Amino acid sequence: MTGLPPSPWQTRNATVRAITPEVPEVRTYDLDLHGANYSFRPGQFNMLYVPGVGEVAISVSSDPAVPHQLRHTIRAVGNVTRAMTRLAVGDTLGLRGPFGTAWPVETVRGDDVVIVAGGLGLAPLRPVIYHLIRHRHDYGRVAVLYGARTPADLLYAHEYDWWQAAELDVHISVDVATPNWRGAIGFVTTLLAQLPVKPTRTAVFTCGPEVMMRFVASGACQRGVPAERIFVSLERNMNCAVALCGHCQFGPSFVCHDGPVFSYDRVGRLLWVENL
Amino acid sequence: MHPQKPRLAVFKFASCDGCQLSLLDCEDELLTVAEQVEIAYFLEAGPADSSGYYDVGLVEGSISTPHDAERIRAIRAQCRYLVTIGACATAGGIQALRNWGDVEEFAQHVYARPEYVRTLATSTPIADHVKVDFELRGCPVNKHQLLELIAALVWGRTPRVPRQSVCVECKRRQVVCVAVAKGVACLGPVTQIGCEVICPQYDRECFGCFGPKEYPNLISLGRRYQRDGHDNGHLTRLVRSFNGYAPGFRTVEKVLAKNNHSSSPQPSE
Amino acid sequence: MTPPPAPGSSLWMPKPALQTLIDRLRADGYDVLGPRMADGAITLAPLRSVDELPRGVRDEQQPGRYRLTLADDGGYFDHVVGPHSLKPLVFPPRTTVLQVLRVRNGWEFRTPDPPRPKQAVLGVRACDLHALAIQDRVFLGGAYRDPEYAARREGLFLIAVNCARSAATCFCVSMNTGPAVTGGADLILTELANGFVVGVGSARGASYVGGMGERPPTAEEEAAAAAIPQRAAAQQTRRINTATVHDTLLNNLEHPRWAEVAKRCLSCANCTMVCPTCFCSTVNEVNDLLGTQTQRERVWESCFNEEHSHTASGAVHPTTKSRYRQWLTHKLATWIDQFGTSGCVGCGRCITWCPVGIDITEEVAAMEGGRA
Repeated sequence: MTGLPPSPWQTRNATVRAITPEVPEVRTYDLDLHGANYSFRPGQFNMLYVPGVGEVAISVSSDPAVPHQLRHTIRAVGNVTRAMTRLAVGDTLGLRGPFGTAWPVETVRGDDVVIVAGGLGLAPLRPVIYHLIRHRHDYGRVAVLYGARTPADLLYAHEYDWWQAAELDVHISVDVATPNWRGAIGFVTTLLAQLPVKPTRTAVFTCGPEVMMRFVASGACQRGVPAERIFVSLERNMNCAVALCGHCQFGPSFVCHDGPVFSYDRVGRLLWVENL
Repeated sequence: MHPQKPRLAVFKFASCDGCQLSLLDCEDELLTVAEQVEIAYFLEAGPADSSGYYDVGLVEGSISTPHDAERIRAIRAQCRYLVTIGACATAGGIQALRNWGDVEEFAQHVYARPEYVRTLATSTPIADHVKVDFELRGCPVNKHQLLELIAALVWGRTPRVPRQSVCVECKRRQVVCVAVAKGVACLGPVTQIGCEVICPQYDRECFGCFGPKEYPNLISLGRRYQRDGHDNGHLTRLVRSFNGYAPGFRTVEKVLAKNNHSSSPQPSE
Repeated sequence: MTPPPAPGSSLWMPKPALQTLIDRLRADGYDVLGPRMADGAITLAPLRSVDELPRGVRDEQQPGRYRLTLADDGGYFDHVVGPHSLKPLVFPPRTTVLQVLRVRNGWEFRTPDPPRPKQAVLGVRACDLHALAIQDRVFLGGAYRDPEYAARREGLFLIAVNCARSAATCFCVSMNTGPAVTGGADLILTELANGFVVGVGSARGASYVGGMGERPPTAEEEAAAAAIPQRAAAQQTRRINTATVHDTLLNNLEHPRWAEVAKRCLSCANCTMVCPTCFCSTVNEVNDLLGTQTQRERVWESCFNEEHSHTASGAVHPTTKSRYRQWLTHKLATWIDQFGTSGCVGCGRCITWCPVGIDITEEVAAMEGGRA
């Protein structure tokens, strides 16, 4: 038995410390790992397990510099995430992780960074935003372009002023405005088209619906940003999270292991093939 | 987990009672079930508290009389979740064979005084009449799927009832394929999993008790069996049994006739 | 006592020695499995006696068709691969990966110690040995190892047999995986009329031979043994062009053939289930009724099931066309990118056991622009 690595199925207890309603059907759960040795990189995900119900892959949405304040922002949409809405502070669930690749914040040090997010796609990018704020002087211009369906769907709205104050160039737009909406209306792809970029020294990180990421990435390519400096975060069916179950395959990649963060030069062609 | 035990009711329509018996067949687990849920209405087993409201209503049987059609609406109004159990409730059952025949003519052959019989011209699934929240297939339903339903209720999740083919379970159990090794016309490749592959394990073909799987390709399977010399009459009777009226199986006769006349691509030898 | 033969050496062994070999393995605590005729097929089943072997039985295999024929005489291993591979022995169709118990301050999560059965398999073919080597890469070669596979793999004793004939569905020659066994087994048998030529594949294998009437093989016996798999190889008509298949499939993701094969494909998953390398699985909850205990159970899954690609926004592979494409491109192309080897060993099971006889080699040929 000795010498064998621990089972990939080994699960640990995570206690819910706080539950924060964000936008309709979306909550942020603060989890306490009871002092367990844990760290993650921005963009990585955990498998959260509601015993008796099942597991679900959720990106970490908190600050990687404060790993003991572990947060996940979750939309109640499936069996497990709906069961999570019944959790109360003090309840315990299971956790495996972290898994997967990260946004390459270290390799783009010194460059301009454009973050393009749609809807709940902002959650896996928030750790990047926190990292960039902490190390603001290590990067050039940083822009956050974020779009949601309506003003009520804008995630983390109370943080935008802080991000702006931390010298992030924050642009928000909605698909459908309400009467008192003063901001931009339209898709994030439009925000990107209007943003001045220095293509050769810019990195693009994008997360949101796959169709949005396709147009963001191809738009950035057209502006001259090299495909290997455009990064997308893909969603597939993650069951084991350790490249053993086969569910999350996307062409040659296991999204759980080779992703979820991919450079566009690696997946770009395949992203345009229907139902791949 | 629950401050109050969920109230469960079992209702019967046109059926043989076999699915209700599957619930009673959960002998070892029945006491535990009774601890977790209040079995408020279950005529086959005794309780008949017909007052008020049920958290879960299990409905067996199809709608075959005008009275049935009214009663199911009243039951729907009494149940938070309505779950149909078995081939009759989910697909109309064997009695849905009448849907291709003349009920009045049948009645005259069977009953001395057919004028006393008040029946509909068709036998139809519950979902044709009211909203159904979940369905358990099978003729009869599988005991483990019933227990899965209750366990899911206890643990607060959607029951897991896969819609893949019977073949998946045959292969998991290393059962030799009767279609390939014996040339028997087996409905496994178009039938939903859940029966624990009783028939193929005993060297018999699947005859579709659990109804059509997700995306049943009756055209291709039918063509293969036709090529092997199974005649359309045999294949139609095979498909048109307990779940013959299920969408996906309903059109078998047309599918087979069309196959005979089409020149669609065929797998070559 | 003479020292055991060195791995790599070969010897001749009389036919009755096979029973002695089985007895020795059983005496050492191995469950011995071997080819047995059951339910109209050569299955892999527990074996006590050589009399249970399907002597003189041949399997006739065609797309979607499998039949046995019986001859009055013949060898123990005149058949080729049946519906069963080594897969369930190392990757069980159903297994528990996590046990969960409600405790006072949350949950107790326990990964069960994997079972460590000692299993000896008689009659393993070259294709299946290659399949096992591929599964080794999948389950043991990555960043995370599958503990149950590792435990079961360790206890596997493999007695291979060189195929004396090929079925019509075999194409191992083109996949470079057979029919001659080139490694990966403890002992390698070639059946001759008067006995077996035995290749010693491992030190563990060597420890089971000796004292059973063995002698060095004659030059004639060596030559006859070498000719046997060559004759089987010459019988194969199906093939896949391994030099081009990777790029052919990945450059033809929108080929009309995918829609055409989808009309025939039942999406029934039989091909993936009989494939000796397909490794997809799903972990499900199996709950008690009291709400205190639950376990996570892993079962064989298939890319032909809708659930396989299910996400919050629907199935990624919602159509038979997209599922067949996923299967074929993975098996023959992206598998190479992932594991440095094809996922196909040319055993032909997916062709034989497809209820409608879809032929993987024909589908590839169609993509290559050949037969459509």
